[in-house]
Amino acid sequence: MEQLIIFIKKEFKHVFRDNKTLLMLFGLPIAQIILFGFALTNEIKNSKIVVCDYAQDISSIQITERISTSKNFEIKKTIFDKEQIEASFQEGDVKLVVVFPANFHKDLYHFNIAQIQVIADASDPNTAATLTSYINNIVKGYQQELNAPSIGSIKIVPEIRMLYNPELKGSTNFVPGVMALVLLLVCVLMTSVSIVKEKEKGTMEVLLVSPMNPFTVIIAKAIPYFFLSLINLTVILVMSIYLLDMPMNGSMLLLYFVSGILILCALSLGLLISNVTKTQETAMLITLMGMLLPVIMFSGFMFPLENMPAPLQIVANIVPSKWYYIIVKSIMIKGLGIMSIWKEVLILSLMTTGLLIVSLKNFNIRLQ
Amino acid sequence: MDVIVENISKSFNKGKVKALNDVSFAVKKGELFGIIGPDGAGKTTLFRILTTLLLADDGTASVNGSDVIEDYKAIRNKVGYMPGKFSLYQDLTVEENLTFFASIFKTTVEENYKLIEDIYVQLEPFKNRRAGKLSGGMKQKLALCCALIHRPEVLFLDEPTTGVDAVSRKEFWEMLKRLKKEGITILVSTPYMDEANLCERIALIQKGEILSIDTPVGITEQYPDQLYAIKSDNMSMLLKDLRKSVNVKSAYSFGEYHHIAFSENFGDNPLQTNLLEANNHTNFKMMPITATVEDCFIHLMTKPEVDEN
Amino acid sequence: MKTETVIKAVNLTKMFGDFTAVDNICFEVYKGEIFGFLGANGAGKTTAMRMLCGLSKPSSGEASIAGFDVYRETEKIKSNIGYMSQKFSLYEDLTIAENINFFGGIYGLSDKELREQSESLIEKLDLRKNANKLVGELPLGWKQKLAFSVAIIHKPSIVFLDEPTGGVDPITRRQFWDMIYDAAAGGITVFITTHYMDEAEYCNRVSMMVDGKIAALDSPANLKEQCSAATMDDVFYQLARKAKRS
Repeated sequence: MEQLIIFIKKEFKHVFRDNKTLLMLFGLPIAQIILFGFALTNEIKNSKIVVCDYAQDISSIQITERISTSKNFEIKKTIFDKEQIEASFQEGDVKLVVVFPANFHKDLYHFNIAQIQVIADASDPNTAATLTSYINNIVKGYQQELNAPSIGSIKIVPEIRMLYNPELKGSTNFVPGVMALVLLLVCVLMTSVSIVKEKEKGTMEVLLVSPMNPFTVIIAKAIPYFFLSLINLTVILVMSIYLLDMPMNGSMLLLYFVSGILILCALSLGLLISNVTKTQETAMLITLMGMLLPVIMFSGFMFPLENMPAPLQIVANIVPSKWYYIIVKSIMIKGLGIMSIWKEVLILSLMTTGLLIVSLKNFNIRLQ
Repeated sequence: MDVIVENISKSFNKGKVKALNDVSFAVKKGELFGIIGPDGAGKTTLFRILTTLLLADDGTASVNGSDVIEDYKAIRNKVGYMPGKFSLYQDLTVEENLTFFASIFKTTVEENYKLIEDIYVQLEPFKNRRAGKLSGGMKQKLALCCALIHRPEVLFLDEPTTGVDAVSRKEFWEMLKRLKKEGITILVSTPYMDEANLCERIALIQKGEILSIDTPVGITEQYPDQLYAIKSDNMSMLLKDLRKSVNVKSAYSFGEYHHIAFSENFGDNPLQTNLLEANNHTNFKMMPITATVEDCFIHLMTKPEVDEN
Repeated sequence: MKTETVIKAVNLTKMFGDFTAVDNICFEVYKGEIFGFLGANGAGKTTAMRMLCGLSKPSSGEASIAGFDVYRETEKIKSNIGYMSQKFSLYEDLTIAENINFFGGIYGLSDKELREQSESLIEKLDLRKNANKLVGELPLGWKQKLAFSVAIIHKPSIVFLDEPTGGVDPITRRQFWDMIYDAAAGGITVFITTHYMDEAEYCNRVSMMVDGKIAALDSPANLKEQCSAATMDDVFYQLARKAKRS
């Protein structure tokens, strides 16, 4: 018993004298609670919506007004031509389009029944289902008012169309996220650990005191992992497309090209981490803590980014996987080409270039 | 002069740890130069500065005509370096390690094979064994081969014999002597005082400062007193008694004998009458000896410092 | 000469699969002796020591340490011995006092005993100024001397020292040996391995392991005579040279 108490006292001393342990013990849970607490709301607010109004009559305008005053929606614009619907979705921020047919009001009062069309971007099936149900509620509410005080017979029937993912497959949501996670995590981990291992074992010393250009070392470390990651990517794609029914509507070449940029980004990050750590243990810790959490939280595949408070959404912008996620979904699910995603690709490329430059500059050609 | 060190100082931990304090010495081309001192004396820091892996806080140094700061790339091309702990790839075989290091030095194993032949023949039966599975002595031989494979101008060996058995240690020094004939300048650091005698010239280093630089004989000749080796049947008691004696200036155990120096010139028999009969030291033997490097090291360590330890 | 046996090994053997690390060794160590346990790397020294400390179960043979059986009473062995090695001595992020209290407490010293021991230790080693410093901040020589003192704080019958003076400066090394002599004079048996051949001379008796067996066991003087050698260094060289494991 005595021994137990003495040992416990010693363990407390070890913990409080080591900053790394303290950070993990207290810092991590606090960070997690704050982040998850804010991110985990299922309620969607201010979702951008487009109204296509062929009727432009009193009923359509009234319903539109209810939609616009609802906290869940923000009407981005009203269009009058079906041709523009596809374009609206391609812009990326619109998740839902409501279409009022030409004789909406007339049909409602003369035949007591009218249809409206609700088209949702189902590449994120959960969000699509939620938004659709909000519209349903609004429409039902209006319907009740028309019929009040009695249970009348006027019906508004929403015809729902799930775009891009008519079967509402869940895989479309998480497979791109998993791709981002795997590529980022594995690449960063592998590069950082491999370089730090040389430092830890002492072989780095011998390599430095040789004619070998240090950058040759870096490239030699990066290339095998680059190719292995592409193989990894291929395996994931094959499994998701054939086993999980993930659609592939876009260009495979474009997908690989963009994935290559992400892999390069990850390799640079790995290099940066290895520049500032001395042991493999620390490298692994920083990678897992510093990468896993942000990638899961801020890519947008576990928790829709639109639900998060504004400051967190800004933070999400510096996480490379957020942009990769959008790009992959656009290519695989929506079948879009480079013209639609060039902004995101540019951002990702700039991030990668920046990281590469910083990490190369930071690389220590001496031991101190 | 092939290696010139002038007033080098280096601190760590924001000045809290002074690893090297105003160190200066020079090594001739083709010399076998030993840096002798215990752990923490500054040997590794010194080697890292000379191989351009660390920047000194003060002072200058040059290796084979190139400055360690300005021309570090030139130095990295022409020196061989064997760091303190085994620094080869544990999961590559003997042969793979050698081929790898030959190629990063832009040469091949065949080109300079003659240089490492004597050493490599002992490794050859194990050439397909992973380096991590070799014994300490074998690892050391392999590391030496990899440091030599490009025929360096200067060879830096940081504690190559630490942790290695006595037989391998002897063999290693034989190899170094043969290498000397090739005209390679060799700097070796070691905590073992007995290895000092195997070098042409040595520098004794302790707590970041050079205590003395000379040939081993030169250093031992500088020992100020006449030393005597003393033994009896009860060595522990003898040492205590010797230290209590007013006539004894210093007394230290040295294995089979104690080494003592007298404070005044009493001749050979100041002790026998006083102490020995009183405490019954049977089988007493005493004889004059020449000082060893270790004697000198102890003497130099204790000279200026009175309040340390 | 003291004749009470504190360590007795009879045909002690340790196998790892097909490999015989320690091959039927037999020897005795007497109370108050300074016993040198030498051998080249890979000869089986560390494995043998581990068995004697109760850290590893022998494959066959018998041994008793401080009167306790090596198979059935390993816990009693551990409470009656001290251990110190070059690799691990004390916790670097605890102070001197905390280390003493920890290890002393583990060995069951009462608070009063701990205080007394702590005081006398700090006095003897002249560490008064540094008593509240973290051990990691002390120079190597101090750490080793402190570690030895802590290893014998509970007055064990035997203390095992695994290359305790590696890399230490010549004066500290001798101070360390002064401490060993004092301990032995106080009745603690010292079982020590070392690479310094002059230290072999300080031992009462020395054993040399070669290829898992004990190749020689005698006082340094007798060994030198048997090998016609001038120093223990030559004795070691003669015996180790014949080793097949390298």
